[in-house]
Amino acid sequence: MAAYGLLIDYEFCTGCQSCEVACKVEHDFPVGKWGIRVFDDGPWQKDDSNDEGSSFNWNKIPVPTDLCDGCKDRVEKGIKPTCMHHCLADVIHFGTIEELSIELAKKPKQVLWVIK
Amino acid sequence: MEFKNDLGKPWKYEEGDYTVVRSSIWSPPGCHPVGCGVKLYVNKDGILEKIEGDENDPITKGRLCARCLDLKEVVYNPSRVLYPMKRDPQDRGKADKWERCTWEEAYEMIKQKREYVIENFGPESMAAYSGTGRNGGIMVQEFAHDVLGTPNACYTQSGYACYTPRAAATAAVTGCYYPEIDYAGGVEGTYDNPDYKVPEVIVLWGKEPLPSNGDGLFGHAVIDLMKRGTKIISIDPRVNWLSTRSAVHVRLRPGTDAALGMAWLNVIINEELYDKEFVDNWCYGFDELKERVTDMTAEKAAEICGVPAETIKKSARMYANAAQAGIAWGLAIDQNQNGTQAAHCILSLIAITGNLDKPGGQLVGESKAAEVAPEGTKGMNKTYAATGHLLDGWMALGDELRNKTIGMQEYPLYVNSIRNAHADLMLDCLLTDKPYRIQMAMIQSTNIIAPTNSAEGDKWHRGLKRIPFIFATDVFMTPTIQACADLFLPLKCAPEHDSINYTHYSGSQIHFGITNKAIEVGDCKSDAQIAVELGRYLERPHYLNKYVDERAWLNNRRMQRNLIGGGKEDFDTVKEKVHVQQGRKYYKYKTGYLRPDRQPGFLTATGRVEFYSFMFSDVGADPLPFYQEPAFGPVTTPDLMKEYPFILTTGARVIAYFHSEHRQVPLLRELNPNPLIEINPADALELGVADGQWVEISNQFGKAKLKAKVTPTVKKGTVMAQHGWWFPEQDANEPNLSGVWQSNVNTLIPNHYNGNLGFGAPYKCIICKVTPLTESYDVDMKKFQETFKKVVD
Ligand code: SF4
Ligand code: SF4
Ligand code: SF4
Repeated sequence: MAAYGLLIDYEFCTGCQSCEVACKVEHDFPVGKWGIRVFDDGPWQKDDSNDEGSSFNWNKIPVPTDLCDGCKDRVEKGIKPTCMHHCLADVIHFGTIEELSIELAKKPKQVLWVIK
Repeated sequence: MEFKNDLGKPWKYEEGDYTVVRSSIWSPPGCHPVGCGVKLYVNKDGILEKIEGDENDPITKGRLCARCLDLKEVVYNPSRVLYPMKRDPQDRGKADKWERCTWEEAYEMIKQKREYVIENFGPESMAAYSGTGRNGGIMVQEFAHDVLGTPNACYTQSGYACYTPRAAATAAVTGCYYPEIDYAGGVEGTYDNPDYKVPEVIVLWGKEPLPSNGDGLFGHAVIDLMKRGTKIISIDPRVNWLSTRSAVHVRLRPGTDAALGMAWLNVIINEELYDKEFVDNWCYGFDELKERVTDMTAEKAAEICGVPAETIKKSARMYANAAQAGIAWGLAIDQNQNGTQAAHCILSLIAITGNLDKPGGQLVGESKAAEVAPEGTKGMNKTYAATGHLLDGWMALGDELRNKTIGMQEYPLYVNSIRNAHADLMLDCLLTDKPYRIQMAMIQSTNIIAPTNSAEGDKWHRGLKRIPFIFATDVFMTPTIQACADLFLPLKCAPEHDSINYTHYSGSQIHFGITNKAIEVGDCKSDAQIAVELGRYLERPHYLNKYVDERAWLNNRRMQRNLIGGGKEDFDTVKEKVHVQQGRKYYKYKTGYLRPDRQPGFLTATGRVEFYSFMFSDVGADPLPFYQEPAFGPVTTPDLMKEYPFILTTGARVIAYFHSEHRQVPLLRELNPNPLIEINPADALELGVADGQWVEISNQFGKAKLKAKVTPTVKKGTVMAQHGWWFPEQDANEPNLSGVWQSNVNTLIPNHYNGNLGFGAPYKCIICKVTPLTESYDVDMKKFQETFKKVVD
């Protein structure tokens, strides 16, 4: 069986947390448990002489957890994983590792997660 | 990988064991009228089991924010109020004294009180108070004027510092209704439509659209556009996520927007970067404007705003040189005494660069044609033409009663343009009984004493308690209702009623959506249903003759407001479409679509965009933009700064909440469990405040406890406090009132610091001191979830 993964473009992940909540609602995870978490990488100043525009590093990086099952039940029915479906910035993509690796090579600031 | 999608589905269909209802969601619970498309999966027992984003929505295409994803926890929340309840006025503030009653009883109680008040004190001694954003919140005039028959509709925010100042400035300067950035929402195929051009530049001016979706702008459309090449200029004192992806970030001092706007105009005029043809043909007062901004050089503004002059010049040039560019202006413009002037500058910038009503620039609403104006709008045609507001209830009150509106003498432009009592003067009235005492009131979809929008909630608390009879509508028991109301009328949530949703409150139409009812919960009613039933119960002529039921009301009041041409279709026809894109006409000033008489030009005295505004000069105000320092700060009150050395801004949006709503929803509360205050690392070090430690902020007006988030997003010397906080998990009785005073940042915001037209207030530029605390007030989330976990699965 092919390995599946999530490819996430964190250049445009806005940290809206729709993936977190969608995943929790779908799987009925209670307070304190998450299938995916959005981490805050920043904000910190890259260039101390300047506080304009892109001089701050601030990335929101979603990381699936041990509870992520790749939305198996949905995918079997041919429906998108719920985090992918609802992502406000449209930056989450589910697929086989082969497919996603091709996309990964095309653009920087992406992370690829292989579902166990 | 390919996935199936539900494109082309009807408004209602069966899927397995579910009935799926497609809908466009707009509150309650609160949200701006974004109207995101949802599919509501209802099981055989009539229970809403699942909510999915609807890929048929032409704008959101299935995406949803956390609040709709977790809507089930609102609908089936154990603390939701499901039946009408009454309480003896002597027991106000006592949480266990509410008794269930029937709607009939409730209506009868309102009827008797109303008759007594009218007979003994006159209809003006009633009031209806509303809050922001919600579907029913915009019905306050209808409840006041049409249902109760009083002129005192009142949005209680000091200076009406939300949206309306911007909208009023737009009406004065351009005669149009609210310009919004063009994100192709109204046209088929959106960004790919051949008539559309992607903006080269979007300026985010005091607006953070991602969490706020302000006024119905789908905030993440900005991300869609950035992926297609749009560059961002961010004008914001704070670093936000978008500003870290912007080409230029102008981190101005809070409240100095008008100085920056004037400097941009100065640069653009003096470097001749403006659109000469547009200015010659369609604008009035260019020379006066040029003269007015002469002194406001980039260097001078740099000093006022606290940013480098080069940054000001670079950003002004970048905006003016773009082939098409939009300015998304935000609430920060309104929450400022000098906001009308900042708005005047922004409108002038849009016009002078030729970006008004051009593809990928800035869109304004189409005016309705004179011949479609319905009966009862005569004499107020301009407002109807621009916004579709039906003013029949207001007109029917008659001159004498209208003149008794609180604030009519002091702020006629404010009162007449929005048909509302002036908020700050209303508070005075409640505290002093002058010019008369309010004897009876409706609290409609607003949590006045929580730090939602009213300034000095503690004074409102005192004032409201002096009103002998109050009835209220809401979804949950709020601290305001607990403290002050005698009758609670439970509202339906969005999946429980039929309604119409419109972006920009119908002014700059791009899209409207149909809210389709899918479920019933308890014995709740929608705002419209309450208006109609109560209106008929009170034998009000409008409701006896015209709005005989909810359908008639929707067809008249809501459809009229949406459809250009005045509602040729009815609700039951459009409901099957769920989403209706309004189409888009560009360059309407050339084609006559900005005027009811269908002549080219603008709906102003000169027929042009008035850089020199006659509407301002007519009410004795300065016709040109000017800069005024914030009432409190290093320039105006240097002595006070010794005691209160921090500039305090409030009100930034967080994704989990709509103002004071959603605090009792476990998965949302978990995203943001405690009220945060952002503080710069250097300040934190000096004060001895650790990240996560609680602090108290205070000033001469009030105090609040919040939890420090140490972060460079705020500049040294500035703090940013969250608003809207109360704690449904705490004791609901007076004096605690669910902890409403614990973290109430609006007790630090004073009333009566309004701009010259009565608009604007210093919510985003006040001062305070910060004191570290040793105790922690963190919520226990485990216990919280036990209490608030949903009752139906
Ligand atoms: S794929 Fe499904 S289980 Fe995994 S993170 Fe996304 S929503 Fe959660
Ligand atoms: S839903 Fe998308 S944009 Fe939002 S936090 Fe998750 S990955 Fe980022
Ligand atoms: S923006 Fe409003 S309508 Fe859209 S998903 Fe969020 S709460 Fe729902």
